[in-house]
Amino acid sequence: MTVADHIAEFTARLLSDDAYRRIDREVSKFPPEGKQSAVMAALGIAQDEKAWLSVEVMTDVADYLGLPAIAVQEVATFYNMYNIRPVGRHKITVCTNLPCALSGGARAADYLKQKLGIDFRETTTDGNFTLQEGECLGACGDAPVMLIDNKRMVSWMSDEKIDALLVELSER
Amino acid sequence: MNTSIHDRHIAPQIMAGLDGDNWRLAGYEARDGYKALRKIIDEKMTPEQVVAVVKSSALRGRGGAGFPTGLKWSFMPRQFPGQKYLVCNSDEGEPGTFKDRDILRYNPHSMIEGMIIGAYAMGITVGYNYIHGEIWAEYERFEEALGEARAAGYLGDHILGSDFSFQLHGFHGYGAYICGEETALLESLEGKKGQPRFKPPFPASFGLYGKPTTINNTETFAAVPWIIRNGADAFLKVGRPNNGGTKIFSVAGDVEWPGNYEVPLGTPFAKLLELAGGMRGGKKLKMVIPGGSSAPVVPGDQMMQTDMDYDSIAKAGSMLGSGAVIVMDETRCAVASLQRLSYFYFEESCGQCTPCREGTGWMYRVIHRIEHGEGRIEDLDLLNSVADNIQGRTICALGDAAAMPVRAFIKHYRDEFIHHIEHKQCLVGPGAHQHAPHATPLERAQEHEHIAAAEIERHPVSIDS
Repeated sequence: MTVADHIAEFTARLLSDDAYRRIDREVSKFPPEGKQSAVMAALGIAQDEKAWLSVEVMTDVADYLGLPAIAVQEVATFYNMYNIRPVGRHKITVCTNLPCALSGGARAADYLKQKLGIDFRETTTDGNFTLQEGECLGACGDAPVMLIDNKRMVSWMSDEKIDALLVELSER
Repeated sequence: MNTSIHDRHIAPQIMAGLDGDNWRLAGYEARDGYKALRKIIDEKMTPEQVVAVVKSSALRGRGGAGFPTGLKWSFMPRQFPGQKYLVCNSDEGEPGTFKDRDILRYNPHSMIEGMIIGAYAMGITVGYNYIHGEIWAEYERFEEALGEARAAGYLGDHILGSDFSFQLHGFHGYGAYICGEETALLESLEGKKGQPRFKPPFPASFGLYGKPTTINNTETFAAVPWIIRNGADAFLKVGRPNNGGTKIFSVAGDVEWPGNYEVPLGTPFAKLLELAGGMRGGKKLKMVIPGGSSAPVVPGDQMMQTDMDYDSIAKAGSMLGSGAVIVMDETRCAVASLQRLSYFYFEESCGQCTPCREGTGWMYRVIHRIEHGEGRIEDLDLLNSVADNIQGRTICALGDAAAMPVRAFIKHYRDEFIHHIEHKQCLVGPGAHQHAPHATPLERAQEHEHIAAAEIERHPVSIDS
């Protein structure tokens, strides 16, 4: 390896050009002294691309925003929706909080566990699904309600709709 | 079935004329949208006049605290030489609350116009809307609506040809209940862990990036255009003295049609229950949490005599909070219900203050053992003592929010707790909540999340029976 190769490897970016462009757009929302504000969105963008936030990815985001790595890691580990461990191809977050439980949320969670053969915070052996318990998605009127891969909310999930959802997600 | 698009609102202001598809600018303009902003600019209303109108409307904050909005706006230093910020709190995560999501997806321009008017009234040029992490689709729609407002000249530089400029941006959270607390939200908006700040200094003097900042809830901003268009008196007349206007109540739980119902403040709870289709399956009403999971529970009989406004609910010993009404029927167990709520506060405590960090887990473990037939009679005093030692001893209100439900459930349903302790089974649902094997010490030693998840797994019928 030449010195140039080492430098190239050391400075290699982990995300796509498009991801950094999207991060730049977030940075532009804030005043120059508030660049750190973009870290939440930047981690989200990184996670969309890498599925989970490894230390390497966190460090890359920190370097890109000019922040200490610990400042980024603190954020990544504080908020529930960042995946700080590998997850399945699809993450299903089901709300079991009281208002949802009263309308079938906890029951739907049991059905999912039984269908997938896993508990909360586990991933199916085929690597397709990770199941997670949610703490209020802010959609109690839609119970049983689930969030797929952090972005897609599915509402009034009967057993039949859960079956159809799992088939649909398995095919993608 | 839709949570907000139905004809069971009463004299709606924010939900009026919505069909689920007419959220775009053209639809909003057809509903008199941006006429309030136009009126302010065309009639050259001064910022002081705008604040005065909001003050005399008796609009109170719709996020939970119910603080008078006009008064809050008047706290902002008028002559501050540097940057000031306006922030909307759309981080709606109080269990039971789902109104701001529907405002953002069905009527986003209403809150955008409200924010622009607020910015004008307080001389602010930059604002952010902090949106709950779990509602990505609404965040995208909000960004789209911002684009429409900018293109139409309602937002950005020289709004409607005036000297007034205001830049507004969307910000997406990533899942932390604590960020609904305004100073935690500011920390998060600065790209940090969402841990609340000491107050004072209040955000009006030291807010985002240390600059004067005003934070209001989504529904509060959405209420403002109607007030400017129709006048403070008209708004006040809709509600009750000191409780102006309509309020969107999110009704969840054991009712036929869980959903959002916008009604005048002061509407009887019995009427609200009727709008929501009454009790599911014709069961008997047992208890109601009238203002989000943090609000003290109220027995059903008492609730049926209570009107839905800030002062009446306070008289009933609870609070209107965010307007989340959790309705529970006669088959629901008070102990199991409290156990689930206590787990939530334990999970969501930010860990900054010792009484809350340690106390929420302690309360959860004690309630858990009562629910599972391993409680002791002195546990009830212990729970009240832990709650007492959390309440008022933490930086933010999450500690109070965790303590209040515990005290209220024990106060009103003491007999159920005692029955669990003495008979190792549930008073209301024999068989449904029966005691099951406890976690082993090995499991207890595991990471607390794993313990809790495992425990909930072992008792799947605890609430939802």
